[in-house]
Amino acid sequence: MAALPAKVEAIIEKFGPHPARPSALRLDPGVEPDKVVRTHCCFCGQQCGIQLLVHGNQLIGFEPWMEFPFNQGKLCPKGVKRYLQGSHPDRLLHALERDPSSSHGFRAVQYDHAVSRTAGEIKRIQSQYGPDALAVISGASLTTEKTYLMGKFARLCLKTPYIDYNGRLCMVSAAAGNKKAFGIDRAANPWADILKAQVVWISGANVAECAPITTDYVWQARENGARIIVVDPRVTPIARTCDLFLPIKPGRDVALFNGILHIMIEKGWIARDFVETYTVGFDSVAQYVRSWNPKYTSEVTGISEGAIRQAAELWGTTTTSFLLHARGIEHHSHGVQNVLGAINIVLASGRIGREGCGYATITGQGNGQGGREHGQKCDQLPGARDISDPEHRAHIAAVWGTGPGELQGPGVDVYEIFRKISLGEIKGLLSISFNPLVSLPDNNFVRAMLEKLEFYCAIDFFLNETAYHADIVLPGSLHEEDEGVVTTAEGRTIKINQAVTPPGDARQDWLIIQDIAGALGRERGFTFASPREIFEELRKASRGGVADYSGLTYEKIEENFGVFWPCPDEDHPGTPRLFEPGSWNPIARGAGPFYFPDGKARFCVASYSPPAESTDGEFPFILTTGRVVSHYLTGAQTRRIGPLADHTPEPFLEIHPHPARELGVSDGDRVMIESRRGQMVLSARVAETIRPDTVFIPYHWPWEKSVNQLTISAQDPISRIPEYKVCAVRIRRYAGS
Amino acid sequence: MPVPEHLEFFIDPNRCIGCQACVQACAECDTHRGYSMIQLDYIARSESPQTVPIVCMHCESPTCAEVCPADAVKRTEDGVVQSARKPRCIACNNCVLACPFGVPKMETPMELMMKCDMCYDRTSVGKKPMCASVCPSQALFYGARDQIERQRPRSRPIHRFLFGRQIIVTKVHLMVPFESPVAPMDVIAAFRETVIGHVFGPNFSAETMVGGGK
Repeated sequence: MAALPAKVEAIIEKFGPHPARPSALRLDPGVEPDKVVRTHCCFCGQQCGIQLLVHGNQLIGFEPWMEFPFNQGKLCPKGVKRYLQGSHPDRLLHALERDPSSSHGFRAVQYDHAVSRTAGEIKRIQSQYGPDALAVISGASLTTEKTYLMGKFARLCLKTPYIDYNGRLCMVSAAAGNKKAFGIDRAANPWADILKAQVVWISGANVAECAPITTDYVWQARENGARIIVVDPRVTPIARTCDLFLPIKPGRDVALFNGILHIMIEKGWIARDFVETYTVGFDSVAQYVRSWNPKYTSEVTGISEGAIRQAAELWGTTTTSFLLHARGIEHHSHGVQNVLGAINIVLASGRIGREGCGYATITGQGNGQGGREHGQKCDQLPGARDISDPEHRAHIAAVWGTGPGELQGPGVDVYEIFRKISLGEIKGLLSISFNPLVSLPDNNFVRAMLEKLEFYCAIDFFLNETAYHADIVLPGSLHEEDEGVVTTAEGRTIKINQAVTPPGDARQDWLIIQDIAGALGRERGFTFASPREIFEELRKASRGGVADYSGLTYEKIEENFGVFWPCPDEDHPGTPRLFEPGSWNPIARGAGPFYFPDGKARFCVASYSPPAESTDGEFPFILTTGRVVSHYLTGAQTRRIGPLADHTPEPFLEIHPHPARELGVSDGDRVMIESRRGQMVLSARVAETIRPDTVFIPYHWPWEKSVNQLTISAQDPISRIPEYKVCAVRIRRYAGS
Repeated sequence: MPVPEHLEFFIDPNRCIGCQACVQACAECDTHRGYSMIQLDYIARSESPQTVPIVCMHCESPTCAEVCPADAVKRTEDGVVQSARKPRCIACNNCVLACPFGVPKMETPMELMMKCDMCYDRTSVGKKPMCASVCPSQALFYGARDQIERQRPRSRPIHRFLFGRQIIVTKVHLMVPFESPVAPMDVIAAFRETVIGHVFGPNFSAETMVGGGK
């Protein structure tokens, strides 16, 4: 494979994105649905309950599902319009093969031919270069059954260590920080605890746009008397009415947390009994934060000393609290340190493991939680097991009917997979529900690597921009075309129900994977007849692990509107709140509530280091990136839904009026934004709602509208998350058209 | 069946996050599929992300009906002001121009005035309107008065508005800060007021921010 098989415009003309709008069946109020399917929205980690209306195997609309406890009918605009992705004109109905002689670059081929060509290329590459020359990259929007199968497929069928997933771009800093401090990676509390908190601390989370339903929890807490602290370089909608706003300079979150802990220690606002009984490591953290006095903290964070002291007092003197964070503190080359800093002020307060006392990251992707538990992460096996741990390997090998020696060791993160393409070590790639050409940083490099592959097979329901480079495209399944479980941001495992069957030659992703295994002649372990059968094996695989699903059944999940894992046996009610005093877990075995042998949580020194790229005279602005409410991830779905595309048709540059004036830029002007890696032209949105030293661009678009042309591929050394939230750019008014 | 008396509609602009879920959901309503009857605007995006959703306030004496030369706009017994009746509407635009809240829309291709009817097909069978069902932050709330009063002790509902010398009493309520002396709300005066103090909440001032940062 080499360059694109046709011009981008020609591929777009054939495969989209074309924005779908309600029409015909959907606009005819005389058409009654044949069935109403209770399932969930596909567009974020909250997984709101929704009822899809089906007529003749087509989605024709939705009806709010008032009884589902998390959202009680509430939906954001993505949820309201999610049904428009069904029966979409861009839906892949056939397998495709790269064909530069075709005007749009691909020809439709028989599904069986596409599968056997894929298997043939996998065999060729692996026999020529070794099994490690093939990599698999997977998605966190897939059901947990599929993510489990992807891990098993890479390790057992392809025998490659190289599998990783797009959660690498999302939740991994939180996951790593939580494992270091608590021994478990899951929201510590259900959202119901937010309502009972007296202080809600939100760091780096644009709640109203990225987790809209959570807004109601936060604002209801405020009505109940809670004080809301928001830490963000932008006045987001959730910040608009907060009690204290800390306009942090991007990339300095851990400095703020250390400064808060410094004041808490100075003022005696430490829960000494809790720290003594339930934690280890406080003294070394206390020693480290000694230098983080308010003056120094203020200098580093860009927040005034007064505001820092106020925040410390609010946090230090309350009786109940909930700390939420999201990608704003996690997308950094020191994202794990930021998370550890947040956890330190929670542990020091002693406010965790009780009603109204909580902590959570707001997971971003549809199955961001479940998708990171069962083995598609490069270093992990099902049940949140460690691929380097001999006991863990033995357990999974036994479930898979193989020897632990047959399982590969840890692989590398997804960006490193692309670097290995650069080094010539990886020659073939299989992707599913992942669009790295839009979502990875410094994506001009990613494009060059796609061009360097010998073979690339993409599985998806629409032709995403990365798949333009594919040799074979296999038509997979939409969320509503399959069933299975996902686990929400709260840690609640819920059931996705099938509403329609896949159209044309498209089929459920797990069937496609099994077909490839079959064509390779390695079908052993890949002959499941249904998602339920995969789930039954997953239950066994997770048994005894930290993420224990063994007590879950599809029926139990539906009867209870979801069940919180861990759920170690069928009589177990699930675990909405972790770390309750006296609770049992398989690591501590009664020694304490946290997931370490001594049952105690870990204070970890959260050291500050500046972002990888500093601003300077040449590139004087900090660029930070994020989402808007009307789009999801790379926009591969939401850019195809007309009303959502209309809401935010393209990215923009948010810039404060002071620098705008100096640059001679007015609201709506075209501006050129350049980093050391790339450049783009956008319209300016001049507003006082962002720090004057910082600019913001949302990331949901490809090609010349992709902000990831500019971002830096610096990664956190522990979580390997890219630093999407800070790089240096320069800006000038753009006179061209 | 009439809309149940104990269920009322409340708009709480303080909670609006501008997400457009209401606008999108409105267009899914069976009586006007494909058309949204809600207007959602930024107040001053250059200063704040504050937005306000406008649904029909369902006036006790609806100006839209009073100015209709064809008697096409009807208020049902339960206080809901309906879209113009198609056989009568002459598409003259009087209602669009006269409504103090800017609610009715003229759908020119259909020669018909359409407006929010509080999802009459839903509310008249005991369901919530689409917009208030989905609103993520519950800036649009439909339910019992004692429920919202209990849940939102920082605010209180008003339903009297002053437009010049005209006092308008509405079925739909607007939540205002509890201590606010407003009643009725002088809508025209509000247009002329300059923004003062912390109306727009957090900003990048010397109170919260220092220059630079390392």
